[in-house]
Amino acid sequence: MSRQVKFVQGNEACLEGALYAGLQFYAGYPITPSSEITEGLALRLPAVGGKFIQMEDEISSICAIIGASLTGHKVMTATSGPGFSLMQEGLGYAVMTEIPCVIVDVMRGGPSTGLPTHGGQGDVMQARWGVHGDHSIVALTASSHQDVFEMTVEAFNIAETYRTPVILLLDEAIGHMREKLEIPEPGELPLVERLRTSVRDGVNYHPYLPREDGRLPMSDFGGVHRYNVTGLYHDMWGFPTSDPKMVHGLIRHLHDKIENRVNVLARYKEYFLEDAERIMVSYGCSARSALHVVKDRRLRGEKLGLLELQTLWPFPAEIVRDRCVGKKSVIVVEMNMGQILHEVKKAVDQPDNVFLANRVDGEYITPPDIYKILRLIQGKGV
Amino acid sequence: MPIKDYIRERFFPHMWCPGCGHGTVLNSLLRAVEQLGMSKNEIVVVSGIGCSARISGYVDFHTLHTLHGRALAFATGVKLSKPELNVIVPMGDGDALAIGGNHFIHAARRNIAMTAIVMNNKIYGMTGGQFSPLTGVGGMATTAPYASIDRSFDVVELAKAAGATYVARSTAFHAQECTQMIHDAILHDGFSVVEIMTQCPTHYGRKNKKGGPAEMIKEFKDITTPIGSKAKQENPGLIERGVFVEKDLPEYCAEYDKIIERAQGGA
Amino acid sequence: MGKAKLKEHRINRDWCKGCGICVELCPKKVLELDAEEKAVAVRPEDCIACKLCEIRCPDLAIEIITEPDEK
Repeated sequence: MSRQVKFVQGNEACLEGALYAGLQFYAGYPITPSSEITEGLALRLPAVGGKFIQMEDEISSICAIIGASLTGHKVMTATSGPGFSLMQEGLGYAVMTEIPCVIVDVMRGGPSTGLPTHGGQGDVMQARWGVHGDHSIVALTASSHQDVFEMTVEAFNIAETYRTPVILLLDEAIGHMREKLEIPEPGELPLVERLRTSVRDGVNYHPYLPREDGRLPMSDFGGVHRYNVTGLYHDMWGFPTSDPKMVHGLIRHLHDKIENRVNVLARYKEYFLEDAERIMVSYGCSARSALHVVKDRRLRGEKLGLLELQTLWPFPAEIVRDRCVGKKSVIVVEMNMGQILHEVKKAVDQPDNVFLANRVDGEYITPPDIYKILRLIQGKGV
Repeated sequence: MPIKDYIRERFFPHMWCPGCGHGTVLNSLLRAVEQLGMSKNEIVVVSGIGCSARISGYVDFHTLHTLHGRALAFATGVKLSKPELNVIVPMGDGDALAIGGNHFIHAARRNIAMTAIVMNNKIYGMTGGQFSPLTGVGGMATTAPYASIDRSFDVVELAKAAGATYVARSTAFHAQECTQMIHDAILHDGFSVVEIMTQCPTHYGRKNKKGGPAEMIKEFKDITTPIGSKAKQENPGLIERGVFVEKDLPEYCAEYDKIIERAQGGA
Repeated sequence: MGKAKLKEHRINRDWCKGCGICVELCPKKVLELDAEEKAVAVRPEDCIACKLCEIRCPDLAIEIITEPDEK
């Protein structure tokens, strides 16, 4: 058997990954630069027996997938910045109610309508803190179409394992660029199926009582267990409570189930780190230019390395700290004003040694943009 | 009482104020479900936020208490992903037609088989008596201290224009009629809207000097009349009750099943 | 079908909030609020078992138990 090879846009790689992961229900609203995901799934999802619906806005799109997840389906929606803003309300609901779902944000230049057809990576902090109230979240990125495919599958696996929404932060460059994608054979990538309760009919089922391993087996709406789901603080049956003990227990649970698993959830790639004297930290489309620079400088004998973060949230601080120990400098490459920069500064022992190589004019960050910063850092002048 | 089989008794007495019409709607809903003889496992109640939305906590079905105005959007996901479920969406007037107005008209436009019960008490009760899009010109509210200048929606006309295929109106006074309408709406294969005028003695009643619960509920008898009645001709100000629309048009989930067939190379 | 005959007014005092709707709308004036503001059937003999109180009660607190007449 051989893998099917396609020449596709990143957005198509994403939908291929979603279908591979077992996507069954998709609701979305058109928005550049993510529309190809919505269009593609309108075509492909019914062919595999799934359901596609174009909703009246992004608010209803995320609400619809949450509803469909409750009936036992793997669900996803995709959008870009303005739509992602509208989705924050529903995203918070999914966090609170612990309903698995995948939200793709193909980032464009912001704020507001910003630069619809140009790239940016400005939604990193919105992914982390766009939802009001204390909460934890998982956000993944990808820098190549093969990775887009795999991270999409990962997003579903993490969502189903931990009963949490997972955000896939792509960007315009990745979403619209075309390159090769090899679709893995069925079975090649592990798929996580939803953990359903083994509690029988007539026996008390607690939808919000974690097992010893922290997981919460689900029961599909329409099944034998009738329970309540609410965005209010709730007890183990899902009914509203404001009992301080239960409130505290729930917020700890929502926090800990993600934050206690930072290293388990960390996905990253390392390039030439063993002997690197300087290290770049990057993600998404920016990591492509960063990798080009690393390889190019290596040819000239410069010991440069790259740590590509595929998990941005929860931020893999320990891994970043460990890889940056003793380096002459750390250069964060991203297309925003320094959103991951500050996380890296917080993580490392010598924050003064952390520099930013960015571009925020809607144009793709190129190797020459990064060279400029490198020269400055190395005291070689502009 | 048989309808007690359908409630979560441990949460009673409920949290609504004395004389709140929403309790009567719950009463009617339970009777309708009892008459239908449906299994509790095949009913999903999806609600938004507000006094009306608390219904979901009291009924022993699959219950989804969601976000303000978004109930129909969540319900659309539930229904389309599992069309064999009966989806009932109790909503308040602000919930359905202010913050949720867009979801309301689009659910109606799609004709997806769900039942929206709009419990219209002309006020935001949970937040303390602010005016809603149903309060109407001249109504008093905490955010309309000089009387409201906002014109009100007509729920029935809005639902009709948006394409709902079952549209009815009744009041908490006419509880038997409500039960029948909810019963028929649940059976209807398309998007159904039942507006039920309910009294809010605590906020709307007090602010607008409508008297106590009994006076308020009795007023519904005086200000409404059956569709096409002679009384309406004589007094055009009367609000009509009854079934305004009941028609068969392609239902969304059934139509989507045809899409699946086509996508899979069938007919 | 014979006409239903009243057997009992079952009023759940824990659930009744004393709104007085049943008292006011009873066509035979069977019900009243007592000193604790709870509905009670003070003239059960006048009850025609129309159940309007039961179906309108916002508190689900009233149940009219009937036994069918002989056919």
